[in-house]
Amino acid sequence: MERTEIRLGGLGGQGVIKSAVIIGEAASIYDGKEAVQTASYGPESRGSACKAEVIISNTPVDYPLVLAPHVLVALSNDAYQKYKSDLRKGAIAIIDSDLVKAGKIKAGIQVYQVPAAATAHQVLENPLVTNVVMLGAFTAITKTVTPDAMRKAIANAFPKYQELNLRAFDEGMKLGQEAMEQSSKTE
Amino acid sequence: MTVTTRSSSDYRHPILEYIRQDRLPHIFCSACGIGTVLQAFANALRSLNFDMDRLVVISGIGCTGRASGYFESDSYHTTHGRAIAFATGVKVANPNLKPVVISGDGDLFAIGGNHFIHAARRNVDMLVLCVNNFNYGMTGGQMGPTTPDSAITVTSPDGNIEHPFNLVSVAAASGAVFVARWTALHARRLTKSLEKALQKKGFKFIEVVSPCPTLYDRYNRHGSGLDVMKRYREISVIRNFTDPMKAEIDYRTRIVCGEFVDTEKPEFTDLLASQAAELQKR
Amino acid sequence: MQKAVLTGEMFTQGDIAAAEGALAAGCRFFAGYPITPATEIAERMAYRLPRIGGRYIQMEDEIASCTAVLGASYSGVKAMTATSGPGVSLMNETIGLAAMTETPMVLVNVMRGGPSTGQPTEASQSDIMQAKWGSHGDYEIIALIPSSVQEMFDLTIKAFNLSEQFRVPAFVLADEIIGHMRERLVIPHEDEIEIVNRKKPTVPPEEYLPFKAEEDLVPPMATFGDGYHFYATGLTHDERGYPVMDDETQLALIPRLCDKIRKNSAKITEAKTLETEDAEILLVAYGGESRTAMRAVKDARNKGMKIGLFRPVSVWPFPKEQLKEAAANAQHVIVAELNYGQLVGEVERVIRNEVPVHLIPRVCGSPHTPDDLMKEIRRRIK
Repeated sequence: MERTEIRLGGLGGQGVIKSAVIIGEAASIYDGKEAVQTASYGPESRGSACKAEVIISNTPVDYPLVLAPHVLVALSNDAYQKYKSDLRKGAIAIIDSDLVKAGKIKAGIQVYQVPAAATAHQVLENPLVTNVVMLGAFTAITKTVTPDAMRKAIANAFPKYQELNLRAFDEGMKLGQEAMEQSSKTE
Repeated sequence: MTVTTRSSSDYRHPILEYIRQDRLPHIFCSACGIGTVLQAFANALRSLNFDMDRLVVISGIGCTGRASGYFESDSYHTTHGRAIAFATGVKVANPNLKPVVISGDGDLFAIGGNHFIHAARRNVDMLVLCVNNFNYGMTGGQMGPTTPDSAITVTSPDGNIEHPFNLVSVAAASGAVFVARWTALHARRLTKSLEKALQKKGFKFIEVVSPCPTLYDRYNRHGSGLDVMKRYREISVIRNFTDPMKAEIDYRTRIVCGEFVDTEKPEFTDLLASQAAELQKR
Repeated sequence: MQKAVLTGEMFTQGDIAAAEGALAAGCRFFAGYPITPATEIAERMAYRLPRIGGRYIQMEDEIASCTAVLGASYSGVKAMTATSGPGVSLMNETIGLAAMTETPMVLVNVMRGGPSTGQPTEASQSDIMQAKWGSHGDYEIIALIPSSVQEMFDLTIKAFNLSEQFRVPAFVLADEIIGHMRERLVIPHEDEIEIVNRKKPTVPPEEYLPFKAEEDLVPPMATFGDGYHFYATGLTHDERGYPVMDDETQLALIPRLCDKIRKNSAKITEAKTLETEDAEILLVAYGGESRTAMRAVKDARNKGMKIGLFRPVSVWPFPKEQLKEAAANAQHVIVAELNYGQLVGEVERVIRNEVPVHLIPRVCGSPHTPDDLMKEIRRRIK
């Protein structure tokens, strides 16, 4: 696999950084690939714009930051509007269908809308797992990490709430598959 | 510390074994109180038969800062004001050691004031022995945190306008478990307090009011070192367990001496050890 | 009881790797004061040390932290602190004392933007000269610069080993990029980790001279409590450790404090190279910035340009000989660093006008992009 650049954006407190760490750990420890995870740290760690990045590759990652993302996962409208123009041609954007306004985007970018927040709220009855639902959708859509590796990393990240988070991940996988089917129909 | 004896040439002064004899003569001025304080400390070590392998004498910078160089034990001379921080590292790293900080009022309460209050707050097991001579002697007699109102020093040539610290009050308010004040005149009482403090666990503080005949007492026309000691005898009163806030220290009127605080409180390295023991069981 | 060496793989931050490296090296004392972006090291140590028989203490400021580390080291415990530039500014007093009293200690500086409070959460490499010249007087320290999470672990161990071997403060000069990013960290088995401990006196206490150096210019170090009853001072001192204010004593002491590092530099210096054999343009970069340079070298080589990278791992002492060798065929040397020009001066001292040395500085809180470096490379290539 060539260098794949993933950016996650949202609001502080939505688990954006945690999600990036889970992807990185899944890729590097459980899938045996190379991965680097970074985040922009600021005094505004709760409630304002927040960004985290992961780079995954089969060879050691040199430059640790994202140049032009292959994948953007957006949990807030601000993050999406701010970062969508950085996406490279052929990139994938995965956005929460309720929290983010899809709007227009440049040609050559596939946008998937996933009701992660709604599912966390209504199906899993815990809005805190929105990010993990999104990780499920991310895994199903991008296939940059294996579901097995993700499940291990999620179990490791939430030792006290494994069952809930693994369920959230599975729900997210389903939503991801549905979003892909939806998009292939509209194409 | 001079001893004259006619009968025996191999008579040794009883505290010599506590002193680095190859460092004598010491650097302190004639009639300075530091010599008295160091002798009292050596006498306390002797009467307790103190385990010198466990003693670490630590001092900062200044006249009293040179104290650590005179004891036949492990000893360390830090940068200005840092003796207590160093002693904290010693005690936490090896709780079997017994750090004793001997330093001056400027070192401990101006540049080192932050370390003093926090070590007292944590109740780290150490004895802090402060020689208070109301000025910076080593650098030539400048004003400091204990210089009294309107006193003359080379940096308060028109009289000091700053309010001085009452050191025993600072120590008590910061959490010291043992607080005492003596003057250099009270050599025996000081020795008794040192013995008590050396056997007590926690943060202990002893202030010794001391003449500085070369600088402070000369600038303020207090006469010779002997005159200053006479004055101490006239004005000092012993009031054990008086409120340290009210323990006056005024050369014009009264110096209240005594042991003001002697209390018990869990010691820092004991707490660290018991918490660690709990964690290691898990 | 938890294990001191967490053998295995983890996906973790550079700061955590530094803490784990310290524990693997035998560090059992940490004193610190919270500061971004190094706080994670203190947090990790506060959690880990009491669980493995060590001690953590949060002091009232950085001066106290560094001084407590000296007290612990003299009490026979390997000790460390971690901070960022503003903290080092305060610790410099004690670093001088550590150099003067030849105290083994490790200081991890996760560098952020300065001067003063500067940019607490942003990356920088602007404390390179502070590490070397921070305290007053003539002395030498050791400073190592990690470029990956794994190196945060490996070089922290190396810093402890060198610090113990030469009785000198050793810095791990990390930048915020490496301190905060996460990568795979592989922790080897305890038995596979090389540990160096300070020399202890072999003579009885009455014959011990605490500052009498051996052939390697390093004196054996007794421990408080072992019965050696020795004295150490920040004043100029003779072999007994006693203050003596004459020329002879100063002449015996100060050159030795410097020479024990300078004359042993072949044992200390380390550098890594990438494609330097035929390099016409030599990039010099270190720490987080070297990751950009690695990318630039690959991109340039793909386009047929003969570019190489020289990465000092030990920055103090500076790997002069290694740089000379790497620059043998270079027509230009380009130094890329996250400051307004610091290590470039050292590179110029080594290259001595033989070929032009160009600086690409950056003071903006993140590393150069590979394109930034490519632009400079294209300007220099004929």
